[in-house]
This record gives sequence, C-alpha cells and structure tokens, in this order.
Amino acid sequence: MSAAEPLLRVEDLRVEFPSEDGVVHAVDGITYQVFPGRTLGIVGESGSGKTVSSLTALGLTRRQGARISGRILFEGQDLLTLSEDSMRAIRGNDIAMVFQDPLSSLHPLYKVGRQLTEAVRAHRDVSKSAARERAIELLGLVGIPDPSGRVDQYPHEFSGGMRQRVMIAMALANEPKLLFADEPTTALDVTVQAQILALMERLQRELGMAIVIITHDLGVVAEMADEIAVMYAGRIVETTSAARLFASPEHPYTWGLLKSIPRLDSLRDEDLVPIPGTPPSLINPPSGCHFHPRCPYAQPDHSRIDPALEPVPDEPTHHVACLLESDVRRRLWEQLGEGKTPEQALVGVGLPGAAT
Amino acid sequence: MLRYIIRRLLIGVLILVIVCALTFVFFRVLPTGNPALLRAGRDPQKNLIKEIEGVLGLNKPLIVQFWDYLKEFFLHFNLGYSYYSQESVRSLIAERLPATLSLTIGAAVLWVLGGLSVGIISALRRHTIVDRLSMGSALLLLSVPEFWLGFVFLLLFANDIGKLKILPGAGSYVGLTYDPWKWFTSMIMPWIVLAAGSAAVYARLMRSSLSETMREDYIRTARAKGLPERAVVRQGVRSAINPIFTLLGLEIGVLLGGAVLVETVFNIPGIGVENFKAIQSSDFPVVQGTVLLASAFIIVANIVVDIAYAYLDPRVRYS
Repeated sequence: MSAAEPLLRVEDLRVEFPSEDGVVHAVDGITYQVFPGRTLGIVGESGSGKTVSSLTALGLTRRQGARISGRILFEGQDLLTLSEDSMRAIRGNDIAMVFQDPLSSLHPLYKVGRQLTEAVRAHRDVSKSAARERAIELLGLVGIPDPSGRVDQYPHEFSGGMRQRVMIAMALANEPKLLFADEPTTALDVTVQAQILALMERLQRELGMAIVIITHDLGVVAEMADEIAVMYAGRIVETTSAARLFASPEHPYTWGLLKSIPRLDSLRDEDLVPIPGTPPSLINPPSGCHFHPRCPYAQPDHSRIDPALEPVPDEPTHHVACLLESDVRRRLWEQLGEGKTPEQALVGVGLPGAAT
Repeated sequence: MLRYIIRRLLIGVLILVIVCALTFVFFRVLPTGNPALLRAGRDPQKNLIKEIEGVLGLNKPLIVQFWDYLKEFFLHFNLGYSYYSQESVRSLIAERLPATLSLTIGAAVLWVLGGLSVGIISALRRHTIVDRLSMGSALLLLSVPEFWLGFVFLLLFANDIGKLKILPGAGSYVGLTYDPWKWFTSMIMPWIVLAAGSAAVYARLMRSSLSETMREDYIRTARAKGLPERAVVRQGVRSAINPIFTLLGLEIGVLLGGAVLVETVFNIPGIGVENFKAIQSSDFPVVQGTVLLASAFIIVANIVVDIAYAYLDPRVRYS
C-alpha cells in the first residue's frame, strides 16, 4: 500500500433518506480510503448503498433530502461541510463520475460536443472554440474514431460502447484527481465491457487519477481494483487488497459472491452457488449481523450481536465484519475451495447448522 | 424533408375539400333558415323567393353548387359573396383577420410566458406554498368561463363601465397600423382574458413535464459536471418543452379561426364574431369561408408543428 496520504478518506459515513414508509438507511456507517493513482473497487448487490455513498461524496444526495453524517475528507478537506457553491466547483473538476447507463445519462437533445464543452467551461474560463478543441481532443483520447466529425453528432447516433466512451471523456474533461465509476460496464455488451475497462486503466495510467469503481461484478474489480470493499446492506463487510480478497476471503457474503460467478478455471461440473434470499430492507434491516438471515453459517447469537469491521489476525490491512472465529472462517473457506456445499462445510468444521 | 412537406400539404388540401363538403351538407341540407326567405322581407311573394334563390344560385342542384364553389375557390381563390352585404367573402376575411391575429398572437405570447414561468417555478419548488398557490389559481382560471372573466374585467377596469377606469373597454379596437398605442391598450384585457385559461393549462403541463425531466439521469450528469443550477434547469426545460410545443401549435391554429367568446365580449371585429353572425343569419358563403379559413389554419399549424419537431428533437426524422 502507498505510504502517501489518502486522496479521499470517508469516515463513518451515514446517509439516510426519510420516506413515507420509514427512514431508509442507505449507507450505515462506512469508512474507506482511496490513495492517489490507485483503484478501489466497491462491490455489492443493488441496494447495498454503494451508489448512494459515491453520490454523497459528490454532494448529489443533498437535494434529495438525505440526512448525512460522518466525514468525507478530500485532500484533507471535509466535503460535507462545504457550501453548495464550493461543492459545485469540485464536482466535475477534481472529482468526476461516470454513470451506469450512458444513453439515459447523456442529454438526448444536445450534441455530444456541447455536452463536453459545457463540462470544460463549467470550470475553465476558455473560449467556445478552445473548449471545442478540447472536446475533440477528449473524444480522441477515449478512442472515438473521427472525433472532429463525431463532436457534432447526437448521443443517439452513437453505439452503447461509444456512448460510454463519451461519458468517460466528459468525466475526464478537467483531468480529475478522483473518478467514481458507477457500474460503468453494466449496460454494455461483454466484448465492449473489456474495452471500456482497458480504456479506463489506460487513462488512469496516463492521467494518474484515482478511481473508485462501483460494481456488482467481481470480474470487473478483479481486473481493475487494487483494493476492494465489499458492501452489504449499507455497510462494508470486508475490505482488503484485491489479491487477498480473491485468495483468502473471510466473509461468508464474499464467499457467496465468489461462488456465484462462473470461472474458466473451475471444473465443468462444479455448480454455481447462488446466495439464497433477497437483499434486506434498508428501512428495517435485520438485527445483529445484517447478513445473518441469508448466511448458511449463522449461529443463534448472530441475530443479536452486531459485528464490527475488525482486522483479521496477522493481516492488518484485511478487515472483516463477521462473528465467526477467524480460524473457523479459514477452515470453512478451505472446505468450500474443495468444492463442498455450505452444509457439508459446516459439518466439516464441526459447527451446528444455520439457525435461521 | 421537402417530399414530406409536399405530401402533408396535399393531404391538407384534401382535408379542406372534405371540410368544404361537410359544411355544404350541414348548412344546406339540414334545416336552417332559408337565406332567400330571410332576405325577402316580411310577407314575401312566392315568386320573389324563387327569384332571390335564382340570384343566389340556390336553385341549382347541390352538387353543382358545390362544384362551382370548389372551382371558384381553387382556381380564383374566390370564396363567394355574402348573401347580405354582397361583399366579397375574401375581402371580408382580409378585413377581419388582423383583429383575430392580434388577439391570438398577443394572447399566445402572454400565456406561454406566464404559464411556462409559473410551471417552472412550481416544478422546482414542488409541494411548497408557492407551488400550491400557483396550481390552485391555475385550477381556478381553468374552471372559469372566458366570457364571465371577460365581463369581470370590463366591470373592473373598462374606462366606461369599470370601477377603475384605466383601460379602453369593449368596442375600442383599432387597427395596429392606425394607432399602435390605442391598439395595444385596447387589446390588453382581451389578451389577458384569452390567455388566462391556456396559461393555466401550460403551467400545469410544464410543472408535470419539468418535474419528470428533472429526475432524468442526464440531469444528474449535468450536476455531476459541476454546472450551475441555472444551467441544469435549462437542460430540464429544454426537454420538458417539446410536448408543450405541440399543444401550442394546435391551439394557435384553432384560435386563428376565431376566438368567438372573447371577440364577442370585447366587441372585437374578428373572424370569430363574423362567423357567429353568419351562422345566425344563414349567410352560407361567409360561414363557408370562415370555416375553411379555420381549418386551413389548423392544418398549417399541424404541419408547422411536425416540421418544427424535427428541429426540436434530433431523434425525429421524416423520410
């Protein structure tokens, strides 16, 4: 890990939305940091709070009536204390964001060039023609052929992958130090996904920016992320380096995610194991460990005790929020690695069955 | 594009012929007053009626009358002559059109500016007191009949019968070229009254349309770029305006055919009043002429709206 100061440090961030049915605890006390030039992957199912936490970092949840607490330190400055005007000066300038669906995220009635130049001119006092030059340069940078012709086209004249390139170009307009990429490849074909990820990696190298990539797809973070934070029901349940997460994950939810994606190197007859149940309600989250209703290894007292995110023994950079003993977790993961089902693994480590 | 316009115009001409035929049938076959009888004075002789029918061409078979009319219209742009004043319908319309144009265009400017700005403010301040007040008054304006509102205005502000004698009252219309200032002051009340209902509709439409577009992903993108909120709202308005524009074109088309109630209340010599008088007195050529004019405006407005749409929304293509 880099010895430098973190570029972004999120401390105990909570975001709640009052709604007619009750308060939605979208983000429930998360802490993470991003270092300059590095990539953090935030992984989780939809509704785990991963998007809300990044929108909050950009100050985009304020007007939705969100109740926000905690700290979001960007270069040492707490973004949550900034006025809307100072926040606006940072948005799209120092911190930029790429959204999931490039078609709905581009204005359908404006030419691509205009949408790019306004991003430039929002933060730089440059002439229209200079901004247009910059727009063409940006389109070229993200690998769009014939940028000086394409700059005068509308979003609907672009393919899905090209649109996402436009979105990335727009986010990079002012060479941000930090880029949030929210499911940047989810709406795209698999072949295009790889191109977009490769593009982001290339641009990260060239521009030296830090990236927070938000996804439900472990395959995406495996390719890009240096560190990974796994989110569940508004909390981070496990965080460590990408290498460690794939080699020795400690949280049963992470195991579930890993076991539910197909791998080329696994045996042909090895079954994918879905995570049972559905993501929990964020209005009335389950008591104790939020994951216990879906956890095959949950013990009776797990519905009462709320686990804290704590370092794994002997691994100071690997944190996990799980009530199982560390050596039990390691043995369970070994058993799963041998191809056993969660039930067989439970028997293998001598634990009683799930108490659900 | 050109081919599209030509096709639309041809269809428009066909619709005009059909409208023509329908008005012919409505006014000559259905029992209305016999114009010859109405002209013959009290206690007319049978042969006088016959004679007048001959002069007006009413004794010819209906289909021949229709054919003659179409021929005159399409070949010479002649709409016939009033049964009463003998005046050419074409010049009658030319005389009345400026008043209707002044009324409609002025009112349209007013209701677009008023309705859209109230709608935008309401959409951006949803569920606040401002929003509730504007939507409440919009509902009120919508439910009030035009003629009633017209009389209320006259009773309040007209310089003859009003409480505050600050504006010229009914019958004060003069041509724009004759005296621009008098024209303007005489039109203020008619404009407001004609615009009121439409402004209410536009305010409500704009509110719902803009509240919807402000929730779009591209608005979030605009904010994420760090655009000032004013620029963000402008992008939302740009999208919200398209469906409203369609309505505007059609409404102006309809009103150019005559705003009967407002013209009557304020005694403005426009197409609507003329049409209404002609119907009352079975003055077929005038009815026919004004109805044709109204349909032509609606047809043209439709075409203009469709063509303009291609410029408003780049995704729309005609081929």
